Amino acid sequence: MQRNQRSHLDELENQSIFIFREAYHAFKNIAMPWSMGKDSNVLVWLARKAFFGRLPFPVLHIDTTYEFPEMLEFREWAKKHHNLNLIVKINTEARERGIGYETHDPVTVTHELKTVALQQVLAEYKWDALITGIRRDEDPTRAKERYFSPRNAQFEWDYKDQPPEFWGQFVTNSAKGEHVRVQPLLDWTEVDVWRYIQRENIPIPQMYFARNGKRFRSLGCSPITHPIESNASNIDEIIAELEATKVGERAGRAQDHYERNAMQKLRAKGFL
Amino acid sequence: MTKESPPLRVVFVGHVDHGKSTLIGRILHDTDSLPEGKIEMVKKACAAEGMEFEFAFVLDALLEEQKQNVTIDTTEIRFKTKRRKYIIIDAPGHKEFLKNMITGASRADAAVLVIAANEGVREQSRRHAYLLSMLGIKQLIVVVNKMDLVDFSEKKFGEIEKEYRKFLGELGLEARIFVPASAKNADNVASASKKMKWHRGPSVLEALDLLEPQSADVDLPLRFCVQDVYRFDDRRIIAGRIETGKLKVGDELVFSPANKTSKVQSIEEWGGNGESEAIAGDSIGMTLSEQIFVERGYVASHQTETPIEANRLHADVFWIVREPMRVGHLYDLRLATQEVKCEIVSINEVMDSSTLQATKDKREQLERNEVGRLTIQTRSPLVIDNHDRIPTLGRFVIVDDGQICGGGTIFGGVYTDRTVAKSKNIFWVEGKITARARAARTGHRGAVVWFTGLSGAGKSTIAQAVERELFVRGMQTYVLDGDNIRHGLNSNLGFSPEDRVENIRRVSEVAKLMADSGVVAITAFISPYRMDRRRAREIALEGNAEFVEVFVDAPLEVCEARDPKNLYKKARAGEIREFTGIDAPYEPPEDAEIVVHTDRQTVNESVATILEGLLPRLKAEQGNA
Repeated sequence: MQRNQRSHLDELENQSIFIFREAYHAFKNIAMPWSMGKDSNVLVWLARKAFFGRLPFPVLHIDTTYEFPEMLEFREWAKKHHNLNLIVKINTEARERGIGYETHDPVTVTHELKTVALQQVLAEYKWDALITGIRRDEDPTRAKERYFSPRNAQFEWDYKDQPPEFWGQFVTNSAKGEHVRVQPLLDWTEVDVWRYIQRENIPIPQMYFARNGKRFRSLGCSPITHPIESNASNIDEIIAELEATKVGERAGRAQDHYERNAMQKLRAKGFL
Repeated sequence: MTKESPPLRVVFVGHVDHGKSTLIGRILHDTDSLPEGKIEMVKKACAAEGMEFEFAFVLDALLEEQKQNVTIDTTEIRFKTKRRKYIIIDAPGHKEFLKNMITGASRADAAVLVIAANEGVREQSRRHAYLLSMLGIKQLIVVVNKMDLVDFSEKKFGEIEKEYRKFLGELGLEARIFVPASAKNADNVASASKKMKWHRGPSVLEALDLLEPQSADVDLPLRFCVQDVYRFDDRRIIAGRIETGKLKVGDELVFSPANKTSKVQSIEEWGGNGESEAIAGDSIGMTLSEQIFVERGYVASHQTETPIEANRLHADVFWIVREPMRVGHLYDLRLATQEVKCEIVSINEVMDSSTLQATKDKREQLERNEVGRLTIQTRSPLVIDNHDRIPTLGRFVIVDDGQICGGGTIFGGVYTDRTVAKSKNIFWVEGKITARARAARTGHRGAVVWFTGLSGAGKSTIAQAVERELFVRGMQTYVLDGDNIRHGLNSNLGFSPEDRVENIRRVSEVAKLMADSGVVAITAFISPYRMDRRRAREIALEGNAEFVEVFVDAPLEVCEARDPKNLYKKARAGEIREFTGIDAPYEPPEDAEIVVHTDRQTVNESVATILEGLLPRLKAEQGNA
């Protein structure tokens, strides 16, 4: 290998930092949704790299009230650790109407407690860009995403007519009420994320590691997120497990599989 | 080590129905890359709809695609061979989806172009190759597919190869390998076909394994493109990406367009361990030893290999949106992190990307899917390279109303040709011309920039340096100072207190009118009294002009020691009365927008401080005039 060549992780990191800085320049009013999941924490890490240790915009946690207690504990710890300007949003109106997993189907609940909650908090803070941690390899609908992906005032994603994106040039304007989703992790894979967490020693919730033969591969609302059979108790073992598997990352996330094309429908309506 | 090496990105292009999706489906199957149960699922769906199973269906992940039976958008699919990992970028064959293909292809290391043996070279076979060449893709594999439909004929394959090689040659593209294949029947996809023993070359997968990833070019001259300047703490960090070349701490860099030099003092990294060198592809931050003015869009290079600075350029431009590109229309041009207003001066040739025939008739517009050879004039200087020398600084996009409408590559970079400066850009504006319309024309707002400070503090020198900086950015600006005001407009005024007040009042009014006409009017007068300056501000604000007060601060002793016009000496000797600082007071500003300390800052550094505070206030607002 030549001395003048960067590793794949370096290239991914460089590209993500470039996107962060382009977004910070292009938009006046930015927020970064933060689920406390592994990708979210990589995002926080990359942002701190992009801005030399400081996170110059708020992070947003959409709290569905169905969070794992361990995740909430991590939230409070990480808030202090990274010195985050944290905004927590709950769709209390929907909870008061009785929306919940006890009585409703997961697509409805996810839409109300995540997407609608996001709409509400966006209307309140009037952010013109949201930085999200989605990756192309997570789901077929995400494979078609752009780094800068506009959403209209109704939050809809027009995946049939997306702006061109080439030579490091992005769509950076948004009209009133619209916002742009900026997606610095688009090119990363699940394994890339793990390798990077390992290399940089990024703090993540311990639920990803196996306990009693089970671990969480992807984390969401507690009633509809199921652990997988696994003995992977450290990152090396997780990577080895992922290299061998052919099962999708979000297989343990019930709302994706509730009906045919559920994920596409959720995403077209504004879900991350 | 191989695990960490970057995957190779390959874009698949070609005429509609020539078998791209089938080839991809076959590759995924033969490399065991499909999710468990996928094939069975698609087979079941096909059976339910009474259709014959095809590998192409495997790709059609979205419901929409299945409905229309075409690939909608750029998709990414991964597979791996023994040698390495691959990312397939599947680009659509329908010509209205050009922008998706460009999006996909621009990220690729290499391209696979599929031609159906029974149909031969078709319109999109050529058009796509043309775009690949413009996008700078250098590695190309041509797969002549559906060989089963021509009885695996060596002769037919030879004809197609010959015809297409000639076409590629005219584009300056060279196909690494031509592979005869039948994706449907797995011939020459993963392994050699028994039906085409005459083919001695590699199969498709073997051909792919011969390619190399394209990485940012370390061996070209340095081009560091500034994204932003951060001042989160006491460090002033210049953030950006090295597009080509490399740099190290201690290097003397030239920042264009102003061509000021400074040395790299440090490379900053959060949690880093003090890197002293950075190379092409790195997103970095640096501090400089002298605080020269730098902002987004500046390009740093080494003294020996600087880029071209131009406001008129020649380029090949492809157009991808329905609304045609029009001569005389104002567009935004974005090149790396630079953004300038530009106007298409002329369309000199239009190229049919399928036949490579150029039409030389004078045209006033360029339609979608056309490629034109254009002359472009920019409103402010642009830092460029020719595309064949440094690709990343030799290409740009054209933006209209926030939308990317086309892309271009620069050739024969030239400096300003003043003989053809006459503008074709005629606006018809009904009714009163608004400040916004003026700002849209000039690209900046009018403003009053009011310098104040003691005699000898450096007001005139710095004002003129700022004026020059604004001027080279294509801005309209003018300095009002004692020299051009006292001898004309105010020649009837003396130095009595009343006359001094009147002097400043007239200057305020003139500056306001200039600002209203769109000019950045810079005034350089001692203007010692807060009340006078407050009035100047009110006058400007009445005229809706931005008012920026700049305090040019230096201690009296320093100014007196400088005494460029021997005025302090005369005042001390009693030859001049009521001289500010000696026997008349100076009331320093309490809330000036910008303060410079000329006893501690060089002229360059003072100018940098002022520009940093001033330029953001002069930005024309987004949106239509």
